[in-house]
Amino acid sequence: MNIDYSKEAPVVAGRLSLAEIEELVAKPLDTKPDRKYFIALSIAVSALMIGAISLGLSFYWGLGLWGNNQPIGWAFDIVNFVFWVGIGHAGTLISAILFLLRQKWRTGIARFAEAMTIFAVICAGLFPAIHTGRPWLDGYLLPYPNQHSLWVNFTSPLLWDVFAVSTYFTVSLVFWYIGLIPDFATLRDRTNSKIKKTIYSIFSLGWRHSSRHWQHYEKAYMLLAGFATPLVLSVHTIVSFDFAVSILPGWHTTIFPPYFVAGAIFSGFAMVVTVLVFVRKVFNLENIITMDHLDKMNKVILATGMMVGYAYGMEFFIAWYSGVQAEQFVFVNRAFGPYAWAYWIMVSCNVIFPQLFWFRKFRRSIPVMMVIVILVNVGMWFERFVITVTSLHRDFLPSSWGYYVPTLYDFGLLIGSFGLFFTLVILFTKTLPVVSISEVKAVAEGAQPSHHGGVVNA
Amino acid sequence: MHNNKLYGIAAIFDNPDKIIAAAKKTVEAGYSKFDVNTPYPVHGMEKAMKLKPSKLGFITLVFGLTGSFLALFFMYWTMSLDYPMIIGGKPFFALPAFIPVTFEVTVLLATLATVIGMITFFFKFPENHHPLHDTNYMKQVSIDKFGLVIESVDKNFEIEKVKDFLNSLNPISIEEIYYKEKETYSVLEPRFLTFLFAIALVTSGSTYFILNKLLYMTPFNWMSEQLKLNPQKPSELFADGFGMRNPVKGTVARGFMPYLAKGQNNPTELLENPYLITEENIKLGKSKYLTFCSPCHGNYGDGDSRLRGQFPNPPSLHSQRARDFKDGMIYHVIVNGQNSMPSYAPYLNVEERWAVVNYIRVLQRAKNASDSDIQFVKKENLNNASN
Repeated sequence: MNIDYSKEAPVVAGRLSLAEIEELVAKPLDTKPDRKYFIALSIAVSALMIGAISLGLSFYWGLGLWGNNQPIGWAFDIVNFVFWVGIGHAGTLISAILFLLRQKWRTGIARFAEAMTIFAVICAGLFPAIHTGRPWLDGYLLPYPNQHSLWVNFTSPLLWDVFAVSTYFTVSLVFWYIGLIPDFATLRDRTNSKIKKTIYSIFSLGWRHSSRHWQHYEKAYMLLAGFATPLVLSVHTIVSFDFAVSILPGWHTTIFPPYFVAGAIFSGFAMVVTVLVFVRKVFNLENIITMDHLDKMNKVILATGMMVGYAYGMEFFIAWYSGVQAEQFVFVNRAFGPYAWAYWIMVSCNVIFPQLFWFRKFRRSIPVMMVIVILVNVGMWFERFVITVTSLHRDFLPSSWGYYVPTLYDFGLLIGSFGLFFTLVILFTKTLPVVSISEVKAVAEGAQPSHHGGVVNA
Repeated sequence: MHNNKLYGIAAIFDNPDKIIAAAKKTVEAGYSKFDVNTPYPVHGMEKAMKLKPSKLGFITLVFGLTGSFLALFFMYWTMSLDYPMIIGGKPFFALPAFIPVTFEVTVLLATLATVIGMITFFFKFPENHHPLHDTNYMKQVSIDKFGLVIESVDKNFEIEKVKDFLNSLNPISIEEIYYKEKETYSVLEPRFLTFLFAIALVTSGSTYFILNKLLYMTPFNWMSEQLKLNPQKPSELFADGFGMRNPVKGTVARGFMPYLAKGQNNPTELLENPYLITEENIKLGKSKYLTFCSPCHGNYGDGDSRLRGQFPNPPSLHSQRARDFKDGMIYHVIVNGQNSMPSYAPYLNVEERWAVVNYIRVLQRAKNASDSDIQFVKKENLNNASN
């Protein structure tokens, strides 16, 4: 391995010219979708329909169709919610935090990751809404002046969730749209179709690539990144409060906020890698989403995976150190009780398998990486399952212990949420540029003035 | 082209170094109404064009702070003033618990204000009919070229001079850009207005349908219509169609104990006082007596309540007849009532009735104390004092 670390590796490989970059990214939007696309779309839509049927039946007959009942009142619904919110976090991390850290390599993957954020938050937002049982009454979650002259309880973490998730969704959407404006303008100027031109014109807001606008635009982008950064940390922190603010052993833990945020980034990056591996192959974007990108993301997965592993260990240590019997019981029960199978799936998928990423060869091998990131996705789903269900199924009172078994409808909704996510992702790849054209152009070789701006020498 | 007016003259360059140099020279030549169009932000362009730093941050600051204070004040008002309620032992103004929502509202308001402020104040609203649109110039700078346009409104603008100047910058090409003198607004076209009207119709119609019809259909109306017996409504379950039913024959109410001495005159052999006279029992009797008995019989059983003088006078409990009553007889009177006294059975349970009986005995003995009683009380008081 002879790598010259003194030189920064080019972000865009293959020495693409600016026009070639644009051609490459805009091509899927100009061509008709092929058969493979429709096959992929039909699989995703079928999954979505399974979810829609389960949801319709759950609405009609009520939540008794689900497996959750006393003492396990929170099960698949909340597990899926936390899982999907977590998936969303990678997008904001890539688009905002890496932007503030001046990581140029983010440009190739930021757009896609942001889109995944939005789709994941849509999937996540569904679950608390339907988990209320009568989602058409969810308006009561908002503080509005009403006939009951009652207000929502601002001291409840469940209400904080409403604010956190809706703010997160809105800000992510706005941030994503701001990034899309110059690309809409570029698409508007290259298309010949009248309908497309009208649509692009509306969404590009009359953008003219003017330097007088770029100046404010860059400022706005930085401000938004500055807000999105604490926001993304706050969202999963607040989600963790749903658990940590209660007094249930196994939930009532101060490590939850950082542990949840690390887990969210971990699972989110795994999902981004899962999808990007396909996207770069299908749309020939290997030069823009290079192996270096995947390598760097795998490093993040390794790092956050170890943070999560540390949190698992620390939970056990604190349970022992606190001297609280109930707390100790819950953790021993987690690892060796009736749900031990779930616990060990979680530990092996999240802590043990990602250790393979210590080796450069594995970080840069597509098949190995695919297997590991899918295992991480599975493991992180089980982490939320373990936290939610094992803490509830055996609490203080042995007379009210229980064992949760999901029903077909629970699985239907889980499959449906994946269907929704992938349907949106697949539609996105054909309707909008999956890579930020203007941002990638800006980091291509020779795109910026030479060191003295060409002015001193001129 | 004579009904079109000149917007400006544009030059196109093919690399970022050249455009920076061109922007610098344009400023030096004294032109101020000019713009540079590049497919992505070129570093150092602000300096070259001598642009002032963007003031967008102030909008963010103002609206961010507004968001914080609005959220905090609103939560204070709802939770402490408008509907104060203690939840989880927290104070009405539970600042730590208000932080998450305050933060979220701050971020939300600041973000939206930044974006809306940028588009309205700094971009002067979206201009889809700007003269630069649909020009060859715009198509090129959109892809990979770098353009500079000097507008005709500049005070130093003279066509030939500007062309010579731009040529001296060594561009790839130069283009004159015109715009139509008469503006047409596509927003006012009848087709678009019809479209708007249709959207308004669909939106209002569906809103009406959802709020006034859909929410009263199954399953949305569940909870207002439930499969249960409603006393005020007819029921299909019974032959007579009544929803309001008498209890089944032989139904026993919860806690019902049959009263064996009902209708007897002197049931003392059936009723033995099962309670010892303890301090607790007397205290219970006293409180029940003061609540239920004293309104007629008076606080000390003298029959001296505000009903004295009415007919019939409430009787004294210190008469010889009352003192001769057995405990069971007093209990019997409490349960059944006597003369114009109603039954107190619904208000006093078995233990409370016996406690009242015991308390009446206390009153009677205190009112007619014997000498030995007085001696005893004096002795007790002395003992208490010396202690």
